[in-house]
Amino acid sequence: MSKRAAAPWILMTPFLAIFGVFFIYPVVRALTLSCEQTFGAGHSEFIGLANFRRLADDPLFWKALRNTTIFTLGSVLVQLPLALLLALLLETPGLRGRRIFRVLLFSPAMVGVAFAAVIFAVVFEKRTGVLNRVLHSMIGLDLDYAWLQDHVMGAMIVAALWMYTGFNMVFFSAALQNVRTDVVEAATIDGAGPWSRFVHVIVPAIRPVAGFVVLLSVIGSFQLFELPYLMLNTTAGPDNRGLTVVMYLYQAGFETGDLGYASAIGWMLTILLVAIAGVQRWLARAEGVHS
Amino acid sequence: MIALLNSPTRRTRRLLATILLAAACIVTLLPYVWLLCASLKSNSIFFDSLLLPGGDGPLGLNWSGITIDHYIRLFRDLDFGRSLVLSVFYSSVTSLLATLACAMAGYALARLRFRGKWLITTIVLGAVLIPAPLLLAPGYLLLYKLSLLDTMAAVILPAAAPAFGVYLFRQATISSVPPELIESARIDGAGDLKTFFVIALPLLRPMVGTFLMITFLGVWNNFITPQVVLQDPTKFPVAVSIAQLRGVYYQDYGLQMAGTLAAIFPLLALFAFLQREFIAGLTAGAVKA
Repeated sequence: MSKRAAAPWILMTPFLAIFGVFFIYPVVRALTLSCEQTFGAGHSEFIGLANFRRLADDPLFWKALRNTTIFTLGSVLVQLPLALLLALLLETPGLRGRRIFRVLLFSPAMVGVAFAAVIFAVVFEKRTGVLNRVLHSMIGLDLDYAWLQDHVMGAMIVAALWMYTGFNMVFFSAALQNVRTDVVEAATIDGAGPWSRFVHVIVPAIRPVAGFVVLLSVIGSFQLFELPYLMLNTTAGPDNRGLTVVMYLYQAGFETGDLGYASAIGWMLTILLVAIAGVQRWLARAEGVHS
Repeated sequence: MIALLNSPTRRTRRLLATILLAAACIVTLLPYVWLLCASLKSNSIFFDSLLLPGGDGPLGLNWSGITIDHYIRLFRDLDFGRSLVLSVFYSSVTSLLATLACAMAGYALARLRFRGKWLITTIVLGAVLIPAPLLLAPGYLLLYKLSLLDTMAAVILPAAAPAFGVYLFRQATISSVPPELIESARIDGAGDLKTFFVIALPLLRPMVGTFLMITFLGVWNNFITPQVVLQDPTKFPVAVSIAQLRGVYYQDYGLQMAGTLAAIFPLLALFAFLQREFIAGLTAGAVKA
């Protein structure tokens, strides 16, 4: 091989070597593994599609999927409108202190989920927890409101609200900066009110970024694990109310020792997320053709 | 325009926006303030006050209830400093390796011609869609076969070649490394490797900075990988140590809060210095795409 022909491969090799061993091989192995039943790392047995049949009838898996979906819907429906509202406020013309607002609101995205879980575990304690005390004095919420026992997913949504609202706001705010001010001014001169400007000028302009933010939130939310796992002291909580898909995968693979079943759960998650990404792509493309 | 900016309605809107944003900032900051106060309270009075315990001392506080004992125990008796140093090590080594590997591959895929390029690009773009939890079980098995379980390499290597990094550097190369520049370097007789390091890499500097930060943050905050692959507590990064702390010292809230603050402080400090680059880099890809 000449020097010229070899150079691209020299540049590609470090990535390809690590990627091949620690990504491609495990993905392929995940396929074969999902057709095996394993007992720890040492012993396994080929069982065909039995793992997937077992999954279909496994009430715990469905419960995990249901909990995770509730968390995802709650996160997207509460967090993203709030993030957009904050971004609109942040982009108010002539606003002072924009940078400091942006930095402070974004900062919780630096805090890892494991650390946030430890903080919020104490925040959500009933009777003594800071959240119930604040809500009790503000809106008279029952001090014994048992977030971690009875409303696990609600607690997760609140914690995620703190962690990711500012993160999503930053994307909306960057998109809003790209909305051409002359178009907004022209709409104003034509007599469009704030709501009409929002619906007819701003929403169409930020739609591509909004699609991306929704997709990112959905993908991230469906992988919820550390937050409930650590807040509920490495359990799924009473009556498995805090069980999520990835937590179930973790329990199957590393507490029960069935890496095959864990892989089958991993594939269900993968198929679900790829399908969601596909739908988003399709919607975005249909829209592109339309406009 | 100036008149428009200062018209009464504009001023009212600005004031309203400032008030609402300030309120949102207070809510955002509350957990930090609360965390700091909680880490300084002795456990016997932990739940007596919302922030710091009130009393007759200076500033209206009960100073006998305020203590740095939790930090002393954390660093002297529980060797938490070791976890912090390890986290710095894992995060910096991984982010350097990943950034170099991804920058080289992303550049090659964007600007060089070679056989198999289309196939590799397709695989990389597809790999971005695979959620990490799918790799937990087969990844564990692989590390077991390679006798890498419970080693530092088990934390670093699997994270050193992220497909989305190659994707980001490919996009960055397309938008900020002009093909004419590469062509003229080639005419001047520079090889592809030299062209990458001397011409392309400096132009990719903003993405290098952003990606170093993203990877550093990702490794620092990753819990599940080290939790699965490490056994030996002397190898734990802070994310696993904090969970360990919570399990062992369940009632010791002050200690847990001190550990959490010590674990998140380095990242928040880093962010305070690099926030502009970080936020700009993070959003650039999404808005342009």
